[in-house]
Amino acid sequence: MNLPYYPGCTLKANASHFEDSAIKALEKLNCQLQEMKDWVCCGTVFSLSNDDLMLQLSSIRNLLRAEKQGLNELIVLCSMCYNTLKRSKDFITDDKEKLEKVNNFMYMEEVDYKGTVDIYHLLTILKDRITFETIQDKVKKPLNSLKLGAFYGCLLVRPKEYAIDDFEGPTIIEDLLSALGAESLDFAYKLECCGAYQTLTQKDVSLKRSYEIIRSASRAGCEAIVTSCPLCAYNLDFLQKEIDEEQVDFNKIPIFYFTELMSIALGAGWSSKWSELHFVDPEQLLRDKHLL
Amino acid sequence: MKKIGVFICHCGVNIKDTVDVERLTEELADYPGVVYLENYMFMCSDPGQNLIKKAIAEHKLDGIVVAACSPTLHESTFQNAIEEVDINKYQMEIANIREQCSWVHNVKEDATLKAKLIIKSAIEKLRLNESLIPVSAPLTKRVLIIGGGITGIQAALDIADGGYEVILVEKKPSIGGHMIQLSETFPTLDCSQCILTPKMVQAGKNKNITLYANSEVESIEGFMGNFTAKIIRKPQYVDPDKCTMCDDCTSACPVVVPDEYNEGLSFRKAIYVPFPQAIPSSYTIDMEHCLGFEPIACGECREACEPDAINYDVKTEEISEKIGAVIIATGYDLYPVENMAEYGYGKYPDVLIGLQFERILSATGPTGGVMLRPSDGTVPKNIVFIQCSGSRDPERHLSHCSKICCMYTLKHAKLYKHKVPDGQSYIFYIDIRSGGKRYEEFIQQAVSEEGIIYIRGKVAKVYKEGDKMIVHGMDTLTGKKMEIETDLVVLSQGIVPSEGARQLAKSLKLSTDEAGFLIEAHPKLRPLESLQSGFYLAGAAQGPKDIPDAVAQASGAAAKVLALMANDEISHEPVIAYVDDNKCSGCGICIGICPYGARVLENGIAIVNDVLCEGCGACISACPSGASQQRNLTDDQINNMIKVILG
Repeated sequence: MNLPYYPGCTLKANASHFEDSAIKALEKLNCQLQEMKDWVCCGTVFSLSNDDLMLQLSSIRNLLRAEKQGLNELIVLCSMCYNTLKRSKDFITDDKEKLEKVNNFMYMEEVDYKGTVDIYHLLTILKDRITFETIQDKVKKPLNSLKLGAFYGCLLVRPKEYAIDDFEGPTIIEDLLSALGAESLDFAYKLECCGAYQTLTQKDVSLKRSYEIIRSASRAGCEAIVTSCPLCAYNLDFLQKEIDEEQVDFNKIPIFYFTELMSIALGAGWSSKWSELHFVDPEQLLRDKHLL
Repeated sequence: MKKIGVFICHCGVNIKDTVDVERLTEELADYPGVVYLENYMFMCSDPGQNLIKKAIAEHKLDGIVVAACSPTLHESTFQNAIEEVDINKYQMEIANIREQCSWVHNVKEDATLKAKLIIKSAIEKLRLNESLIPVSAPLTKRVLIIGGGITGIQAALDIADGGYEVILVEKKPSIGGHMIQLSETFPTLDCSQCILTPKMVQAGKNKNITLYANSEVESIEGFMGNFTAKIIRKPQYVDPDKCTMCDDCTSACPVVVPDEYNEGLSFRKAIYVPFPQAIPSSYTIDMEHCLGFEPIACGECREACEPDAINYDVKTEEISEKIGAVIIATGYDLYPVENMAEYGYGKYPDVLIGLQFERILSATGPTGGVMLRPSDGTVPKNIVFIQCSGSRDPERHLSHCSKICCMYTLKHAKLYKHKVPDGQSYIFYIDIRSGGKRYEEFIQQAVSEEGIIYIRGKVAKVYKEGDKMIVHGMDTLTGKKMEIETDLVVLSQGIVPSEGARQLAKSLKLSTDEAGFLIEAHPKLRPLESLQSGFYLAGAAQGPKDIPDAVAQASGAAAKVLALMANDEISHEPVIAYVDDNKCSGCGICIGICPYGARVLENGIAIVNDVLCEGCGACISACPSGASQQRNLTDDQINNMIKVILG
C-alpha cells in the first residue's frame, strides 16, 4: 500500500526519529510512505486564526501542490500539521469566494486549487485501512509488560469536528498500543494541553502543564507516555530537566512516538540515533522490559 | 343587492385621531349597496352593539361591515350581536382600520384614504358572503390516554370520575412511570410510592378505565370526536387469573438481565414482576431476553408453574378502539449519558445518574434504602453532584433547562445527609432555579442547616487516580480550578422526551420543538391543546416538569376533554375549503398539501372532509384549476376586494 505523505518541518529536524520509525514500521506492514514533492510549512498555529486568508496560504499551497501532483489525499504524522492542513482545507473548500481569493494569491503556482485533497492522520489509516487486527497479527515482539499512557494533547481531538476519535474519550492510541501487546493505562490528563508554544515565551506555563500531565500519568502507573505530536513530545520530554530540579518527588519517564513502539513490536527494531533525540533515556526502560 | 350597513368605530382616540371618521361616513354613503352608515366612540360597547342591532331592524340590513380593530379581538362580539337579531353571523365583516391603519400611520389624509379602501374591500367581500352554518359531527364519548405515568394516571382518574370511558395505554408492563422509581419528593419529602400507589390501584380498578399495559399505540385515524386508535398489545404470557404470585417461576428462570426498575443497579429474571406494587399486578415474560418457548430451548418457568398459568401460545394482539379525544402523556427520559464521556459514566461504577441515586435512596431499591456505593458496597463519605449534565449546553448537548434538576439534586443531597450524617456533599451548579412554591425555602434550609456545599461552576472531568475518584472543576466565583476527591458522583442528567414519543408525534403529525417536546396550540392561552384538534398534551411530553406541574396539567387536560365530552356532537367552523366538481380534474395536488389530512380522492374528484378541514387555504392556492375554493373567501371575492383597492 502506497501512502502519499506530508512530513512537515519538524519531522525533518528534531523529530526525524518520528519519521524514521514510521517508515520502518510501515514497511513491516507492507506500506510505503511516499513523500509529496515541494511541500512547505503547514502554517502551524498561524493558520488557525481563520479571520485572515493570508495565514492560510502556506497550508493551502501544500494542498494545491499535492493536487497538482495528482494526489487526492495526504497522510500526516505530526498532530499539528494534521490539524492545520485539515482545518484550512475545510475553511476554504466550501467557500467559493475565499477559494478564488486564495487562488489569485497563488497565481505563480499556475494552476488553481480545487479542493480535492483529503487529509488523514496516520493513526486513522492504521485503524481503518490497515486495521489493528492486521497489526496485531504482524507483531513479532509484543510489548508485554510495558505500561503506557496515551497522550492526545489538543490537536488530535480539538476542535471536535477534527477529532480523529471521540473527542472527550478517545481510545485510538490505546487500541493501537494494545494491539502491539502493551498495557495502556487511562490517565486523567491525557487530553490536556502541554503548554504548546508557551514554552518559548512563558515557560512556567508549559512547565506546570507538563508536570501535571506527567504526574497524572505516573500516578496512574504509566512507565512511559506515547504521543503523536512533536511539540507535546518536546515539552513533555525536554522540560523534565527543569521539572526534575523543581519538584521533589518527581520521577522522569520517557516519551515515545507511537511509531517508535510500532517499530520495535513489528520487528523493525530500535535505532540508537533515535535515543539521541530523546532527553529522558528511553533505552533503559526498553532494556528492562527485554525489548532491545 | 344586499343591503349593507357600515359602522365605523372611533376606538376612543385610537382611530379617530388618525382617521377622519366623519368624512368616511359621508364619502361612503353613496357606495353601492350601502344603505346605512354610523360612527360611534366604542362600537364594541353595549350601546355600540345596540346601535347595530337597532339599525339592522330599522333598515332591514342583510349584512354589516364594522370598521374597527383586528378581528382577533372583536369578531365574535359582533357576530354574536347580529345573531341576536337573526342575521347569520357570517354576514358580518370586520374592516381592520386600527392595527392595519390608524396605529401605523400618522398623516391623517393618507390614513383616511387607506381606511376608506379597507372598508370598501370589506364591503366587496361581504357582498358575496354566504350564510353558513357550523359543521357538526358525532362525538364518541371515550378518551384515549397514551402514557401511564403520574400524568396519564391523574388524567384517566379525572375523566373516569367525570363518567366517561378511558383507554389507558402504557408501553411498559406496569403503570407508574418514573414517579414509582423515586424515593421521596421535593419539597415536602413525602414518599413517592406512598402517594402514587393508591392512584395506581384506583386506575387499575376503576370501571371506566380500560388499561392496556405492555402496549403501544400504532396509529390514530379519523378526526376530532371520531378517532379510531390501533393499539398493539404485547402478550405477557402469564394468565393473571391463574397466577398465584408464588414466585416459583423466577427461581426457575435461568436468564439474568439488568433490572430497569432499579436502573441497572440490580438484576431480574426474564420472567418477572416489574416491582412489588405493579399494576397490573402480574408476571411478564420479557421476550427480548427469554431463551425461547420450545421445551428444548428452555421452558423452565412453565414446568415450575403449578397453577399452569404460563401460556406460550399467546400472540401479539391488535386492538382497535373508537375514541373521541386523545391525551398524550408520554413523559420523559434522561438525556443519553453516553454522550458525556468526560464524566466517566460507564467507566467508573461509582458515577451514577440521578434516577439510579433515587433507587439507592429508596427502601425498595437495590440496597434496601441503605446508602452504599455500587463498586464496593461501602458507605460513601463524600458525594459530588453535577447539575446541568447535558442541559443548558447548546453547543454540545441540550439547549433547554431541564427544570427539575436543581430541586431533585438538593433533595438527593438532603436525603444523603439524613442517611450519612457525617457525609459531605458538594453540588456543582450554574444557577439555582427554585421557582416553585416553597422551593426556595427548601434550598435555604439545606444550605444553612445541613451543610451542603454549593460550588458555582462546571465540572471538566471526573477521573480516577489509584482508587480515588477525583472531580476536576472550576469555581467560577473565585475563578479557581478545583479538584475534589470523592466516593460517589451523581449526574443530574438533562431531560428529553421519552423514547418513542418522537416517533408517535411523527405518526400522529403533532408538531414538536427542536428537543422533541410537543408544541402546544398557544404557549400561554392554550397550553394543554395540540394544534391538531382532538389531541391534548399533559406532563413532561410537552416540556420538563415536576410532579405538581404534571398533575396540574393532567387535571387541566382532563377538564378540557370533559368539556368536549359534555357536548352531544362536535361543531366546527364552516369557513373551510370546498371543491367545484365541474372544475376538479382529480390531479390530487391538494391531497399531498393538506396538513390536516382533510382531502381525499373519491370517484376521480378531490373532496373535503368538513370536520378535518381547518380552513388554512393551502389547497386553494395549490389548486391549478381553481376548483378548490374557501367558503366566504372565494376567488371572486378576493378579486373584487383587490379591484376596489386598486381603484
